[in-house]
Amino acid sequence: MAKVEKGAHVTEETLRDFLHGMLLIRRFEEKVEERFRAGDLPGFLHVAIGQEAVAVGVCAAMQEGDVFASTHRAHGHTLARGTPPNAVMAELYGKTEGCSHGYGGSMHLYDLSRGNLGANAVVGGGLPAVTGAGLAFKLRQEPRVAVAFFGDGATNVGTFHESLNLAQLWKTKTVFVCENNHWAESTPGWQHSPVWDDMSKRALAYDMRSMKVDGQDVEAVYEASLEALEHARSGDGPVFLDVETKRMHGHYIGDPQVYRSKEDRDDAAEHDPIPRLRERLDLSDEEFAAFDEHAHELVDKALEFAQNGTDPQPEDALKNVYA
Amino acid sequence: MPELTYREAVRDALRTALERDDDVFMMGEDIAEMGGSMAVTQGLLDEFGPERVRNTPISEMAIVGAGIGAAIAGMRPVVEIMYEDFLTLSLEQIVNQAAKHRYMSGGQVTVPLTIRTQGGAGWSPGAQHAQQLEAWLVHIPGLKVVFPSTPEDVRGLLWTSIYDDNPVVFFEHRLLYPVKGDVPTELEPIPLGKARTMREGTDVTVIATGPLVHRSLEAAQRAADEEGLSVEVIDPRTLQPLDDDALVASVKKTNRVVVAHEAVERMGFGAEVAAVLQYKAFDYLDAPIERVGAKFAPLAFAPVMEQYVVPHAEDVLAAIKRTVGR
Repeated sequence: MAKVEKGAHVTEETLRDFLHGMLLIRRFEEKVEERFRAGDLPGFLHVAIGQEAVAVGVCAAMQEGDVFASTHRAHGHTLARGTPPNAVMAELYGKTEGCSHGYGGSMHLYDLSRGNLGANAVVGGGLPAVTGAGLAFKLRQEPRVAVAFFGDGATNVGTFHESLNLAQLWKTKTVFVCENNHWAESTPGWQHSPVWDDMSKRALAYDMRSMKVDGQDVEAVYEASLEALEHARSGDGPVFLDVETKRMHGHYIGDPQVYRSKEDRDDAAEHDPIPRLRERLDLSDEEFAAFDEHAHELVDKALEFAQNGTDPQPEDALKNVYA
Repeated sequence: MPELTYREAVRDALRTALERDDDVFMMGEDIAEMGGSMAVTQGLLDEFGPERVRNTPISEMAIVGAGIGAAIAGMRPVVEIMYEDFLTLSLEQIVNQAAKHRYMSGGQVTVPLTIRTQGGAGWSPGAQHAQQLEAWLVHIPGLKVVFPSTPEDVRGLLWTSIYDDNPVVFFEHRLLYPVKGDVPTELEPIPLGKARTMREGTDVTVIATGPLVHRSLEAAQRAADEEGLSVEVIDPRTLQPLDDDALVASVKKTNRVVVAHEAVERMGFGAEVAAVLQYKAFDYLDAPIERVGAKFAPLAFAPVMEQYVVPHAEDVLAAIKRTVGR
């Protein structure tokens, strides 16, 4: 397994940007939880509270032209890649101003202009497409990379194995980011995978380069992602990025987590990536409060924007079925 | 006009697309050195190389899914699922992914993917290599479904499918590969959603797909010879979109309808055609719509059992006689 050396090239300014991005996602998702519980939001929602460093670290390492596919837990990836919070919140409200124009919802956030090929509500459903996009970049000799986000639960789906095999066989320009939070919905890692505590073993089976990284350390995630993306971009083949992370909340909003011990929840809370970054930056209360206030402001504006958004016409449901 | 087999016609469309367009490439099981399990892609590896004619592992989900991703990234992949029975393995990617990306993205994403497959009974492959599953795909908004029956149509429609900006599931039939027919010298695109009248008639309309087009033409000739009946045979060619207007116009002329396909009759494509026609041409129908399809059983290995289940020209002829007898 490749060791990721801490580089000196992550500037304090970059880390501050990361804090801004992570706080935006955190406050955004807290607001989403609040509005869902209040009955404002239709559908089925999943937050990634605790996993913000993964979204921010990986997306910051991506370049213009790179693409990615996300999962049912997609708000963070989408915001981290630069889709305005207004457009994401409007999508959750089912408005035409939403990033999928009201056709997708929380589990189907798209933003093609920023390389978001879509969040997928079928676990593992997007992995073959990311492999295919990475193949297209290779065939066209384009310096672009396709990134797949997925959880540890997805490593048991057939698409995962078929995709990793094909990607390595053909050396597609693909990076597989496994957000290993040790939960497949309510089923703990030890119940769903013989290699739950070291997912990089999955990549070994396909002779794929793998890297392991602490997903609660945004700087480490960023550096590992830079290396993984560069490897794929240069045509050396795909990379499996095994990111150990923590899901601080339930599988879905409203999940009472009857299956989860208090110790496990406490452990997740203790590994919150945001205080860790704050400590790294050595921010005073005032400085941190300024970051936080900015995030709250953006989220409040997004909420107002979404609530005042335009409802689709019912008959719009018949549009966009075909190109 | 040159004469090609159905197999050569498919190959000609593929070769022409590969020749003219760098964005077109192919993926599938055994399509390279072996030339495909049905020898359709023979010679294409030598002509276009392994980057564009790609042998894949036995991974139906990844074959279709990688096609989806490459299509979204701007290419025009043509993927092959060796037998349509194996579409079952890739249905998640076809139904949830290919068919829905454009919709779920509110129109941002385009998936110009062609999924070629083939199947059909008549050579005793048994229950997992002979099914006709085209009706399943017609049920999914976002997909187009094509099922040509002649060399000219298979060539022109495959070309159009490759250049359609939607995912197209393209059904070929094993028994049709050696069938010969005239094709235009220059490859001419044939629009999706246009039926073809294979034989004109005034007494009964037979709407048939795939091999049943040929069996219905035989039945029509026998009905003329034996009963003096004038039978019109129409091949919809594309099942989605369906050329309702052409079917309705024919029914208004003949007032009697038989629908015929090799797939199981229950919930087959003919059920949809019958529903459309009873609604759009109710006042013109002089008899119940007759359906001809496979009996409700998997396809057995023993040839006598297989042949008992699938429909033949005799079955179409019997249905023609039933409808004129009412």
